[in-house]
Amino acid sequence: MSRGGHATRAPIVEGRGLVKRFGRVTALDGADFDLYPGEVLGVIGDNGAGKSTLIKALSGALAPDAGEIRFEGRPVLFKNPLEARAAGIETVYQDLAVAPSLDIVENLFLGRERRTPGILGTVFRRLDREGMQREASRRMSELGLLTVTDLSQAVETLSGGQRQGVAVARAAVFGSRVIIMDEPTAALGVSESARVLELIRTVRRRGTPIVLVSHNMPHVWEVADRIHVHRLGRRVAVIRPDTHSMTDGVAIMTGAVVAGGAE
Amino acid sequence: MLDRLHRFLHRHPPAAPGIVLVLAVALFGVLAGNRFLQPFNLSLVLQQVTIIGFLAVAQTLIILTAGIDLSVGAIMVLSSVVMGRLAVDFGWSPGLALALGLAVGAGCGAANGVFVTRFRLPPFIVTLGTWNVFLALNLWYSRSQTIRSQDIESAAPLLQWAGTSIPVLGTRLTVGSLLMVVLFGAVWYALNWTAWGKHVYATGDDPRAARLAGVRTDRVLLSVYVVGGAICAVAGWALIGRIGSVSPQAGMTANLDSITAVVIGGTSLFGGRGSVVGTFLGALIVGVLRNGLALSGVDVLWQEFGVGLLIIVAVALDQWIRRV
Repeated sequence: MSRGGHATRAPIVEGRGLVKRFGRVTALDGADFDLYPGEVLGVIGDNGAGKSTLIKALSGALAPDAGEIRFEGRPVLFKNPLEARAAGIETVYQDLAVAPSLDIVENLFLGRERRTPGILGTVFRRLDREGMQREASRRMSELGLLTVTDLSQAVETLSGGQRQGVAVARAAVFGSRVIIMDEPTAALGVSESARVLELIRTVRRRGTPIVLVSHNMPHVWEVADRIHVHRLGRRVAVIRPDTHSMTDGVAIMTGAVVAGGAE
Repeated sequence: MLDRLHRFLHRHPPAAPGIVLVLAVALFGVLAGNRFLQPFNLSLVLQQVTIIGFLAVAQTLIILTAGIDLSVGAIMVLSSVVMGRLAVDFGWSPGLALALGLAVGAGCGAANGVFVTRFRLPPFIVTLGTWNVFLALNLWYSRSQTIRSQDIESAAPLLQWAGTSIPVLGTRLTVGSLLMVVLFGAVWYALNWTAWGKHVYATGDDPRAARLAGVRTDRVLLSVYVVGGAICAVAGWALIGRIGSVSPQAGMTANLDSITAVVIGGTSLFGGRGSVVGTFLGALIVGVLRNGLALSGVDVLWQEFGVGLLIIVAVALDQWIRRV
């Protein structure tokens, strides 16, 4: 996958002049946002810069007071995360939002279970366990996640990285158009983080663009194609890992340097 | 070794109560001998746990969502009173009276569910309140009077149908007991083989994660309370079959007994973990313990002592099994 080359392509998700106020606090102050097809976009910013408000607005968790969000060129207004998800924007939350006592297959299909065809499914609403199991195993191996051999294992018996894998697989399995990952490595150790970063690359190779929100600069610099720098409620720069160092990024993020060379 | 046992019990929640039940049956087989192991006596145990069994199914559903229902006994009695009064005192057709009784049970459950989901009140408090409310309604509607068995028999034999006994191979099963077993099977299917069941587990496990995954947790909770209420009403019908009459004073200890069966059956009070198979075994364990101790000539107070001890052991075991 070539980096860049999107100048002529339209963004898949864009935000224009997004504003969100909580009482007297302005969390988003006319923020812009662009995600292009097939890229990993890092989003960095200091605490309180409004990153998570931005992400919530994009994923439907809250509605902006002003501004416009466009998805595949059309203006959208998601009332809740389910609507965003139905449109194809999946969000993976930092606190590993999975149901611990359900098994991997059940977690992957939670909220979109499949029923057995025929009368068993329509009248008795019987779940198509075998079908879901097959599908899960196929998708997980496509993502290189089949290190866990037993898909009927309860998620609580998995390590943090494996759980994150399940959470990402949930998003990736169902042909979502965009995956937003909020601090996916925050709760993980070194080798598990590496595995999640590898997973991000795999998902991108398969063509799904990813928004990676993270405090961890090395992780962002490792996988991102472009980096959106958020400061005081708006986008102050978009930089590239190959033209800007982490030090540059941090300087822009904290306001020590006014962004130069931003796109 | 201990590690393997732990993993086994963790993966198969009904295993622990299953083992306890087998041990209890073996113990009383030795202590009370043939009198205990007779088919007739064993079917008697099943009859004795029928009413609690029904309520425990409802209780399991609610506890799986990390709730608790203290009003199950009151819903049962209120429903049975409604059925009896309508059919006997007001001359309704028994089928209609039964249907309205079931509707009252579902309605009581719906009331609990609305308080829990709309007003976000803790289930313990909600059902503590409605327990008293339902009991008061029960005393008002029944005018604190028992409807005699003969009157029901002549006016509405359908209401006593659950008490009909079916002799099979020296046992005496009742329609009510069979109905209870069928209900356990139906709820087991719903919990394990339908999306609704998975949503019940997910909601009890981690409601926020379930919501983010697209489960409408409030709807799931409400449905659990409504289904639970309806099951309590079925228990009310079975209660008329068991005691013959309709008494506003019946089933006073049923609340706590249903919770006992659920807890001994290995369902976690923290939600998301457990099964109705465990609850069925839990109800049988309590039944076997009471019956076996009585046949062995042990004073009733030691039955209570034994059941109490079993609850604490069951919860301690659950804590251990839950550790990952």
